[in-house]
Amino acid sequence: MTRFARVIPALVVGTMAAAACHKTPAPAPAPTPVASAPAGPNQDSIDAARRDSIARAQRIADSLRAEQDRMAAALAAARNTITQVIYFDFDKAALSDQDKATLDLKIPILNANPGLHIRVAGNCDARGSDEYNLALGQRRAAAAKRYLTDHGIDVSRIDVISYGKEKPVAQGDTEEAYAQNRNDQFEITAGGDTLKPGQ
Amino acid sequence: MTTSVHCSRTRRGIARRAGSVLAAGAALAVVAAVGRAQDTARGVHIGLSYDTGRKPGVVVLPILGVGGDSAHAILERDLDLGDRVTVITGGPAAPSADVNYALYKQLGANAVVQSFLAPTLLHVIVHDVGGRKIYQTRDFVVTAGVGSPDWRLAMHAASDQIEQWLTGTAGVSATRVAYVRDGAVWVVDADGYAAHPVSARVGALSPTWSPSGRFLAYSAFTPRGTVIEIQDLQNNTVRTLVATPGGLNSAPVFSPDGNTIVYAHGDEIGTDLFAANPFSNDAGRRITVGRGTDNTQPTFSPDGRQIAFTSGRSGHPEIYITDVDGTNVDLLTPYEFGDQNYRSGPDWSPDGRLIAFSSLTGGLFQVMTIGLRDRSMKQFTSDGRNEDPSWAPDSRHLVFTSNRSGVKQLWVLDVESGRTRQLTFGPEARLAAWSRPLLRGP
Repeated sequence: MTRFARVIPALVVGTMAAAACHKTPAPAPAPTPVASAPAGPNQDSIDAARRDSIARAQRIADSLRAEQDRMAAALAAARNTITQVIYFDFDKAALSDQDKATLDLKIPILNANPGLHIRVAGNCDARGSDEYNLALGQRRAAAAKRYLTDHGIDVSRIDVISYGKEKPVAQGDTEEAYAQNRNDQFEITAGGDTLKPGQ
Repeated sequence: MTTSVHCSRTRRGIARRAGSVLAAGAALAVVAAVGRAQDTARGVHIGLSYDTGRKPGVVVLPILGVGGDSAHAILERDLDLGDRVTVITGGPAAPSADVNYALYKQLGANAVVQSFLAPTLLHVIVHDVGGRKIYQTRDFVVTAGVGSPDWRLAMHAASDQIEQWLTGTAGVSATRVAYVRDGAVWVVDADGYAAHPVSARVGALSPTWSPSGRFLAYSAFTPRGTVIEIQDLQNNTVRTLVATPGGLNSAPVFSPDGNTIVYAHGDEIGTDLFAANPFSNDAGRRITVGRGTDNTQPTFSPDGRQIAFTSGRSGHPEIYITDVDGTNVDLLTPYEFGDQNYRSGPDWSPDGRLIAFSSLTGGLFQVMTIGLRDRSMKQFTSDGRNEDPSWAPDSRHLVFTSNRSGVKQLWVLDVESGRTRQLTFGPEARLAAWSRPLLRGP
């Protein structure tokens, strides 16, 4: 939510500025002198200047919007990478090669944004025991944290928590649901409003 | 074989049976097919007679007094749920001072329970139908208002004493079961009535009773980890255990003397059992050395010297036993290498003979027991998913979670007869813990 807080006002201001320029000539009663006054070349140049001005404002608004879009996209991409979920085998907390590849992408973003703090939440499928799964989820979360800290991320920037099987993302007793629920979720706890892409 | 059990003494019984000491052996030999609830204290043998191998039949008479109908329903239900007597219905519909022994003998009753409810006491008379006489009598103090939780508990305590008189073993009605519903800890009377939440909705898991029944401990989720809360049911204060700050703290259990709490603490190198003083802020003491594995779900032996727990140290969750100081770790449940089945959730029976646990077989948990002496295993469930058993104080009844009705609820199983009943209804209920007796008759 907070990431939009800064982007949206900027977009709104830009849009309002563009709209205001568009509308100025449309009602046009303001400069109306005498109804019978003939339109001279003077008037033409005024209109041309006005059109130029409108176009210029439009270009500025467009580029502003494009910049905002670029920033939003970069922020979203960085956030997606940071919050990318990793998955585990049944009753296992070992990181697969794919998990490691997913974690490898987070490292440059964490390095580029020293103020960024995250929480890793370990989760389990519905088959095991409630209490044993709390311990298993803890080990899953800790496995991701250890991988990141082994690659230079400061331990104080990563919290871990286990939800065991208390917060499934997929419902039902199917292999697909089980597989989706055996995961580590990554949540940004601080420094997520602006994110530089990783180098 | 005879049913040899212990009973309380009554002057009347002593008066009638005094002098039967020498005759006792001969009497047992003569009436070989007759069971006898008897008291061996002071060498005096008294008792209620009934056939061995058959539960004594009992008629509970209607009860005179304000709340008498409720009291009657509670006594009758408690005796039935105890699974040690056969409650005979169809007796008189109205309270009566006279007891027609011939009639009750015809109904198959061995005993008749006659009670009178006064504002501050329940007066109970148990009649021996075969002996055509009063067998036991006692006044139970009832201070609470009719229908209140304490009033129900007083009725349950009377039931448990009556069961003691009739069978030699006290009932377990004056107990409660704590469990998890909607993220809160709930408590229900052992007869399934008076269910209500006792904690806030804190993502509570794994409630457990202190031996006295005064405290409940459970785990709760916080944004920075999982903590153990200890709630005083007398004044409803809650304190957070800080013996091992941060990380995972779960699956608490009190030692039999109530002075220690043992729980699972997980950090970044696995989860191990820790012991702490539940009422101080002292640091916790590590019990298990799991070296990065999961060790959780502790349960004490009744003598407080050993702890059974679940460990994944062999790559596979199984039940282990350790001394409380962490030495002498021993695998209890047999281990099948390479499959996806596992054992978890142990609960040590109060008599010390059995450990109940959940066995994950073919994707579904089932409730089993394993004998401490010979390690023989027995499976008690097969309908749906059944897990997290907890023993009643009688080491005969188990409460567990089952989804057999379509939603997870608590069920109670009598391991001797196999009789099973549903304890909770409504939204999902799980992670049950059976209290010790919360009240004993005077």
